[in-house]
Amino acid sequence: MMRFIGKRLLSGMVSIWFIATATFFAMHLVPGDPLSNEKAVTPEIRKHLEARYGLDKPLLGQYVLYISNMLKGDFGISFTQENRQVNDIIEEHFPVSATLGVLAIAIATLGGILLGALTAHYKGKWPDLLIMLVVILSVSIPGFVFAAFGQLAIMWINDTLHTRIPVAGWGSLSHMIMPALVLGLGTMAYLTRLMRTSLIDVSQVDFVRTARAKGVPESRIFYKHKLRNALLPLVTVLGPAIAAITTGGFVVELIFAIPGLGQYFVQAVQQLDYTVIMGTTVFYGAFLVLTVTLVDILYGFIDPRIQLLKG
Amino acid sequence: MPKVSPCSAFSSVTISAWRRGFLSAFCLFFFCLLSNSLTASPSEAISLKHRSVTLALTTEPPKLNTLISSDAISFFVIDHISEGLTRYDANDKLVSGIAKSWHSEGNTLTFQLRKDARWQDGKPITAHDFVFAWQEVLKPKTGAPYAFLLYPIVNAEVINQGELPADKLGVKALSDHELEVTLVKPTPYFLDLLAFGTFRPVRQDALNKWGRAYMADADTTLSSGPFILEKWVHGANLTLTKNPHYWNAGNVYLDTIYIPYITGDASALFNLFLEEKIALWVKPALGPGSIKKALKEHLPLKKHDTGSVYFLEFNHRPHRMTADKDLRKAIQLVIDVDVYTKKVLGNPGSTPAYSLFPPFLKGAARPFHEEYPPLEIRPDYRKAKAHLAQARKRLGIDKFPPLYFLLDDSGGTGGNKTGEYIQELLEETLGLEVRLDSQMFKLKIAKQRKGDFDFVLAGWGPDYNDPLTFADLLHSVNPNNSGAYQNIVYDKLIERVQDTDDAIKRAKLFGQMQHIIQDDVPLLPLYYRGDIYVQNPRLLHLGRRIFGGDPIFTDVQLAPEKESSP
Repeated sequence: MMRFIGKRLLSGMVSIWFIATATFFAMHLVPGDPLSNEKAVTPEIRKHLEARYGLDKPLLGQYVLYISNMLKGDFGISFTQENRQVNDIIEEHFPVSATLGVLAIAIATLGGILLGALTAHYKGKWPDLLIMLVVILSVSIPGFVFAAFGQLAIMWINDTLHTRIPVAGWGSLSHMIMPALVLGLGTMAYLTRLMRTSLIDVSQVDFVRTARAKGVPESRIFYKHKLRNALLPLVTVLGPAIAAITTGGFVVELIFAIPGLGQYFVQAVQQLDYTVIMGTTVFYGAFLVLTVTLVDILYGFIDPRIQLLKG
Repeated sequence: MPKVSPCSAFSSVTISAWRRGFLSAFCLFFFCLLSNSLTASPSEAISLKHRSVTLALTTEPPKLNTLISSDAISFFVIDHISEGLTRYDANDKLVSGIAKSWHSEGNTLTFQLRKDARWQDGKPITAHDFVFAWQEVLKPKTGAPYAFLLYPIVNAEVINQGELPADKLGVKALSDHELEVTLVKPTPYFLDLLAFGTFRPVRQDALNKWGRAYMADADTTLSSGPFILEKWVHGANLTLTKNPHYWNAGNVYLDTIYIPYITGDASALFNLFLEEKIALWVKPALGPGSIKKALKEHLPLKKHDTGSVYFLEFNHRPHRMTADKDLRKAIQLVIDVDVYTKKVLGNPGSTPAYSLFPPFLKGAARPFHEEYPPLEIRPDYRKAKAHLAQARKRLGIDKFPPLYFLLDDSGGTGGNKTGEYIQELLEETLGLEVRLDSQMFKLKIAKQRKGDFDFVLAGWGPDYNDPLTFADLLHSVNPNNSGAYQNIVYDKLIERVQDTDDAIKRAKLFGQMQHIIQDDVPLLPLYYRGDIYVQNPRLLHLGRRIFGGDPIFTDVQLAPEKESSP
């Protein structure tokens, strides 16, 4: 077990190093730089600005310096925002994205399991067809459309029920519900489909038929035999889904004016803010590697048939 | 204790317990939702009781340190938390700021500072704070992008190039409240310049104490203006409150400006405005889609002239086709600026441009456009084709190689629409092949600087209230002259304008430049940008500005809520 974990962590570290290196050089290949702006400055000032941000050194020197600082856990200072440490940006804004993401994941898993069970149970009948239609729509319509609709929905609810749910912003749970729902919708649809297929698969397996023949009540068959076995594929996709949702909410964050990390990720690329691009990319990369590793380890606990030692 | 495996824990939960658990979780969830929406009172767009307004910003202010600030969002905050020697009032008129009065003798200006002008901590604002700030701006190591605005001051340019120490600057504190500024030559717009963010006072002890953190957080900010940056949660919200130490605090009505939303998303801003969560939506300006939606909701649309002009800038580097005057003339004679602005651009706030100098600029006595009306050049395909034939003959070619049109589609400049229109127009009328090179903003800037284009869609916003801020663009030594235009006659005119403060002479010189631009077509003006915005009608005396911070809440008053009919 320890050997497995060690091996996974090591390969994870190599992946992160690769992400950092590739991003660093790709970013510097893009024409332009964070210091250039609409209005040109004199060459003299330009020289001092470059020196101030360390851009006057050769690229390889910058790379070595960056990686060694990164190993010390220092992502540097933002180019566009005066005196803001990239570490602070991540520290302050990732919890917001994560909170939203966890809520979205909760909604997505609960909804996915529930809807999946419903469709499998009513397979071929109208509830199945209706839910599957919604699922296909949710998978194929991009998130920003749902986000805009979500906001309109809030306004409609406020109007008809005289509630005061905020249309945008951040602070209380009432700020979070709609964005989380919108953010989780795609994953929920995906999980519903997955759940439906694996529940239908498992219904035809021998042990289910045996249980039924023994006269075990249908509800017990569902919870004990079907659901537990059907959940495994769910866990497989949940790892990457968690990483994607907690980090990929940029559009939702923009439309609902949520101070998450997503906006920095995208703005940094537009502004060519080198340090912020590097910091957020490496952080997201590390986060993804970590969740995937964790899910692999979790497998062993959920399904004893999967043996980590041999992996 | 028996070891409980996950599966046995799972199976021991009975269905009814599951159901109960679910039910209570749901109840809790909705209780939270309900209690939150009831208790957490979201700030309203306008509160008469608290004398507050609520706004949204497109991004968080990147640099509030006046020495190095260069963007519109930062200047918006800066113009509320600091003040210069002069300032603009709600009617865009230049009035006295921290300087109570001034007089000039030759090229020397002497300012009397207000004795009651104070920093937010109660210490007086002195002439030394201005001397210190201006010297810092010019030190090369500061890297101030707007340092060139100080060049009218004696020795400023050489200090900025690192050839003289900063204390040789022509600025002296005669006493705590008396400042003497010596200019290189007469600069009629110098008092206007003083209102700009780069000329704000900076206190030496504050900058020394906080270093790079100066003005980077609420607790490292020192206000000299009507408001204080009370709270700043990065990327999330800002709160400005009235500065009790401001010399004119008695005339500042607002107590608080809340900025709890940071988003540039048009539909989010639309909904926030509609729900009366924000009192104003100015940036990004409403696009065609938002305008349609706003009209449907009967929102009060307003227009603000930004003072910017957009144009096609040609590349004059020797190996470029566009270095040929006849080719440029041909292009000029097929583009109908009027049709383009009204039909293609789709922004009702913008107006067609026939000159590099926008209509807001002053001439000698009246608006510049009244004294020197630009020629409204109409399309003339026959003449255009003749010019094109001449160009072909001179260059000795049968067919022009493809022309590269560089543009970006950010910031509501209508880049891609413009690109497609020009591409089709030049192909149809002149048989010229145009290839669109649509880039992200930063990449476009990089290619523009390198001269990697035949013509580029560019815009220019004024830095000060004088035609020179536009005219200078085509000066051969200007780093912003990205088309590398070189015209000895034009350069001479620029030098002559810089040497005189005679208003009539200057206007005449600018008139001559305008003529050269229309005749030689170094660039082709397209439109003057006007922005459409919506404002809560209860918000009164809001200042909209062409220079520096915009919008300005210093003079704002709030109207009471209209009584709804029973």
